[in-house]
Amino acid sequence: MKRFTHYLKSLMLLELLQGMGVTLRYFVKPKYTMHYPQEKIPKSHRFRGLHALRRYPNGEERCIACKLCEAVCPALAITIDSEMREDGTRRTTRYEIDLFKCIYCGFCEESCPVDSIVETDIHEYHFEKRGENVVTKPQLLAIGDRFEAQIAAARALDAPYR
Amino acid sequence: MIDWLRELFLAWGPFGLLVWTLIKILVIVLPVVLGVAFYVLFERKVLGWMHARHGPVFVGKVFGIGWIQPFADVVKLLLKEVVRPTNAHGFLYFLAPLLALAPALAAWAVVPFDDGVVLADVNAGLLYLLAMTSMGVYGIILAGWASNSKYAFLGAMRSAAQVVSYEIAMGFALVGVLVAAGSLNLTTIVHAQNGAGGVLSWFWLPLLPLFLVYFISGVAETNRAPFDVAEGESEIVAGFHVEYSGAAFALFFLAEYANMILISFLTSILFMGGWLSPFPETVPVLGADGWWWLAVKVVFFMFSFLWLRATFPRYRYDQIMRLGWKIFIPITIVWILVVALMVHYGWLVQLKA
Amino acid sequence: MDLIVDNLELIAFYAFAGLCLASALAVISVRNSVHAALFLVLTFFSAACTWLLARAEFLGIALVLVYVGAVMVLFLFVVMMLDVRTEKLREGFIRYLPVGIVVAVLMLMQMVVLIGVRRMSGIGLADIPGKDFSNTEAVGMKLFTDHVFGFEIAAVILTVAIIAAIALTLRRRAGTKHQDIGEQVRVKASDRVRIVKMPSEGKPEVRQ
Repeated sequence: MKRFTHYLKSLMLLELLQGMGVTLRYFVKPKYTMHYPQEKIPKSHRFRGLHALRRYPNGEERCIACKLCEAVCPALAITIDSEMREDGTRRTTRYEIDLFKCIYCGFCEESCPVDSIVETDIHEYHFEKRGENVVTKPQLLAIGDRFEAQIAAARALDAPYR
Repeated sequence: MIDWLRELFLAWGPFGLLVWTLIKILVIVLPVVLGVAFYVLFERKVLGWMHARHGPVFVGKVFGIGWIQPFADVVKLLLKEVVRPTNAHGFLYFLAPLLALAPALAAWAVVPFDDGVVLADVNAGLLYLLAMTSMGVYGIILAGWASNSKYAFLGAMRSAAQVVSYEIAMGFALVGVLVAAGSLNLTTIVHAQNGAGGVLSWFWLPLLPLFLVYFISGVAETNRAPFDVAEGESEIVAGFHVEYSGAAFALFFLAEYANMILISFLTSILFMGGWLSPFPETVPVLGADGWWWLAVKVVFFMFSFLWLRATFPRYRYDQIMRLGWKIFIPITIVWILVVALMVHYGWLVQLKA
Repeated sequence: MDLIVDNLELIAFYAFAGLCLASALAVISVRNSVHAALFLVLTFFSAACTWLLARAEFLGIALVLVYVGAVMVLFLFVVMMLDVRTEKLREGFIRYLPVGIVVAVLMLMQMVVLIGVRRMSGIGLADIPGKDFSNTEAVGMKLFTDHVFGFEIAAVILTVAIIAAIALTLRRRAGTKHQDIGEQVRVKASDRVRIVKMPSEGKPEVRQ
């Protein structure tokens, strides 16, 4: 009997028609896909993208070359050299991040005692030549200078949870 | 206008006749090729929409549907290099796409687009169609063999077995149609469906199982999803055309889609009353028969091809064989008997009245 | 010019017949067996074309449909899968040559006699019928009236042959693990998976 009802059901193509009904419903449903370059999904202020080095409001660079970020980096993407400046403070002479190695975990940002190295929410960038993947200190500082307002705003939003 | 042109060419003598026939062929082939181009776009849009995506939108933004996309695809394919694998069989390798395309286009000779609008109104039209659709498999087999590649060969073998087995079910379904219509001529078959019952007197109702079997076998015959084991991307990369690129690949593509449109046309003509209107003649405008009704039906079946593709997962190979041999063929044989009885006792005529 | 136009049908016939003969020769002379099978396809096709010229459209298209569309596909299928060693096949050529020649001569004589008898008895080549003539109908009429018994007997023999072929090759071996697709299709989730509803752990005092 069960076999008979099954035959009858499959000959009437009920299950197939049911499946086609599902696709037909989706056919007329509103679509979810974003037209990416024109439309963008809002990002979290915790988004971890391209790195930047920040400065104090008076223009002094924040980084004190403590090398905590270099130590904590799980991908060994950060390379730091440092020396004593004329005013007796310790500063980096070289601060490079290899973006091919970087896994964007954000540990460098968390380990930084002076909030110097940060990850911005910029994720659309590219390299055109070999070697450009290693971002140098002047470049990182320039990124920081350019997007300081944005970076500060994101930090302020996240401050209550830190 | 047409008569005048015809006279003009026929006045030239035999060469005029040749040119005139060529023009008639072009008038059919060019829309088919254009139809294929836009069918590809249609497929991408429909599949996208059924996946809750947009499909192509950027190339040709005027209507917001990316309507220049097919031309971009064609240009891309034609500009690509046609690669010939070192160990491929040179002549057969390049003959295969032509052999796939030629029957797909030749079959259009007997397809009527409206009452009397047909290139060759032959008596054995239905047989001719069966012969042409069954020859398309040579392109696939030769492509698989001449490529000298394992994947291509496996795809060709699968396709050959599948096409040969589904041809039987398809042929039986057509036997039902010709028993009901009493003719092998496609125009006569459409006329045979013209009855007082309107939609109900078309063959889809008395031949419902054959109608379904025919369309599903058509999907299998054109190697479309869910019967596309011949391509089976997840198992054998792209099947028989894995080694082809550029223009040669484009020909396979053209043949496949031309066949799909052809099957849609045939299903509409044989089972859905061709150019007959679904409304009674008393209804103004909508009641008139004409090619536009055929177009509506064809577009619906073309949509159904894509609908099936978007809905069902690919059949396993042995399940395909089982469906063809153990389910479709018995169903069609039984229903041919039923149709014969219907014709003999005149039930079919009663249905029309 | 007019000569060509007037004899267009004749020219087409000679072209197709020539192609037919040439490809038939190629079938038995080419070394590659796949090529031979493809030439056989060409032979069938050109033969069908000559039949079409004689207004035997049903026979011509049926030839294409059955032999080109189905039989030769399976032929190619098998030939492509096999690893045919031509040297092995050619070994016995000289030995079998006399027998072959005898058979060939016999067949030739039969054909000549047949054609000669036809000529004598005045049946001759039939006139090509007019355009309205439906070959399909004529064949159907002949088959189902004059030759209905022969036709039905042939059909029964073929059916028996199919059933016999299947019955001879179909054997169920014990211990093989083959899938029953009907079973697989029929199965429902509820047949395979038993969903057990258990009460949640609840509050500690219930547990004690």
